[in-house]
Amino acid sequence: MGAPALAPAANAGADDLALRLDGVTVTFETDHGPLTALQDISLSVRSGEFLTMLGPSGCGKSTLLRTVADLLPVSSGTVSVIGRAASEARRARQISFVFQDATLMPWLSVIDNIRLPLEVGRGNGAIIDAPVPAEELLAMVGLKGRERALPHELSGGMRQRVAIARALICHPKILLMDEPFGALDEIKRDQLNVELLRIWQETGTTILFVTHSIPEAVFLGQRVLMLAANPGRVREVVDIDLPYPRDLALRDQPEFIERAAHLRQVLETC
Amino acid sequence: MAVVDQQEAAADTTAARREKVRQRKAKTWRDRWPPLAAVVGILVLWELIVVGFEVPTFIAPGPGEVVATMIERWPMLMMNLWPTALESLAGFALGNTIAVLIAVGFVHSRLAERAFYPIAVFINTIPIIAIAPILVLIFGNGFTPKIIIAALICFFPTLVNVTRGLKAVNPATLELMHVLSASRWEVLIRVRLPSSLPFLFAALKIASTTCVIGAIVGEWIGSNVGLGALIIEATYNFRSPLLYATVILAASLAVVLFTIVTLLERRLIRWKVDAAAV
Repeated sequence: MGAPALAPAANAGADDLALRLDGVTVTFETDHGPLTALQDISLSVRSGEFLTMLGPSGCGKSTLLRTVADLLPVSSGTVSVIGRAASEARRARQISFVFQDATLMPWLSVIDNIRLPLEVGRGNGAIIDAPVPAEELLAMVGLKGRERALPHELSGGMRQRVAIARALICHPKILLMDEPFGALDEIKRDQLNVELLRIWQETGTTILFVTHSIPEAVFLGQRVLMLAANPGRVREVVDIDLPYPRDLALRDQPEFIERAAHLRQVLETC
Repeated sequence: MAVVDQQEAAADTTAARREKVRQRKAKTWRDRWPPLAAVVGILVLWELIVVGFEVPTFIAPGPGEVVATMIERWPMLMMNLWPTALESLAGFALGNTIAVLIAVGFVHSRLAERAFYPIAVFINTIPIIAIAPILVLIFGNGFTPKIIIAALICFFPTLVNVTRGLKAVNPATLELMHVLSASRWEVLIRVRLPSSLPFLFAALKIASTTCVIGAIVGEWIGSNVGLGALIIEATYNFRSPLLYATVILAASLAVVLFTIVTLLERRLIRWKVDAAAV
């Protein structure tokens, strides 16, 4: 039940790592005593990689994303993002986060929501230079012409597109996504999966994507990190060696079904 | 030919728009006639009872007499309206401003909230009628005690509502602001204050009517100007039509303030909170 260290791809040097976790343990104090959310996690993610994370509830998937985003402190071990501390990477706008809620400001128009990262943080040392034009991002997420709309005038899927555009405005090196399509219906989710792959290939950013859905994990990721619960630890890392660009028809292919079946088996023993 | 077509199209849309306006007017009228009819009915009934049962004027004047007095004594009524309006507005501004500032303090310091919240509750439990003489003794007969009473009556609902509003922020939104390295000031200005606006306006609507009550209660004690003073004087002298006219004016003042707050709310809050929370 140890935690195997994940070797990065053979040809990748240390400079090419977007993320490196070494023996990361996160413990919370609760009313019932200390709770180990993550135990001795070691993980390397190549720059530009798409890694999906799958596991039962309470396995610490979200906790792992939050330690990378400097939202939670680690109890022991080290987190290094683009070769520096998570807090430094955060201030350099190299980390972006997309939540399950779109977390848009309801009083701001679509375009102003997308520009929010340019407006805040300088007082706390945020470095904001050469952002992507918001209009370009709007076109990328398929919302051209809706720049003046308020969030309540948009559907759930459209609001999540705005959140993705906002996350991309400062050219993040690493995009953390915590079940971003979990609240959407299946049709919208599929559609956004295809679009997310296109955006990933256009921007070349590294993506860590937490999901509860096995098909989603297989369809999106180059690798699937499977976590086990109590305490949260690495169970297995599965390579998904299916070529990109992937389209939805892939899901009916035997090679896809085979990998999904394998993940399901592993998940049952988590 | 093309020009004619365009004109026809334009004429069509104007006609359609006129039809829409007409329909909207018809709908407004359908919505409005029942309450209007009810008010007119009550006034007529009131007049009939007063005339029919020969009720003496000093016990209950009919609406006709009240309106006659209002027209006759208009300049004198206005002279007394202004001090009350001024005290109400000043109290409204003072009480709500202090409440919002303290709410901001509460949100940023648990210690401050624990220390001062019980005091705020205690102040709220003192009946305003009981505190009025105390303030008159301290601050004399001028505007000051009335403004303070009006402020006190506004203070508590706003404090409670705005504190709740400032805290009612989606935790994920706060996480987003942290990832963006936002300072506490930026979180306050860009997230907490705007999202507390619906809560603030709910409180301001309450305050817009209670501040008038505060000012009038303040004027009941040893004052010789203002609607409150006029109410006392008219009561003691059995000048019932004047008393009724004064009460109507006081109510109108509250309605005007309430309407201003409601219009401001509509201008400032154009988003829907529930839909955007998803």
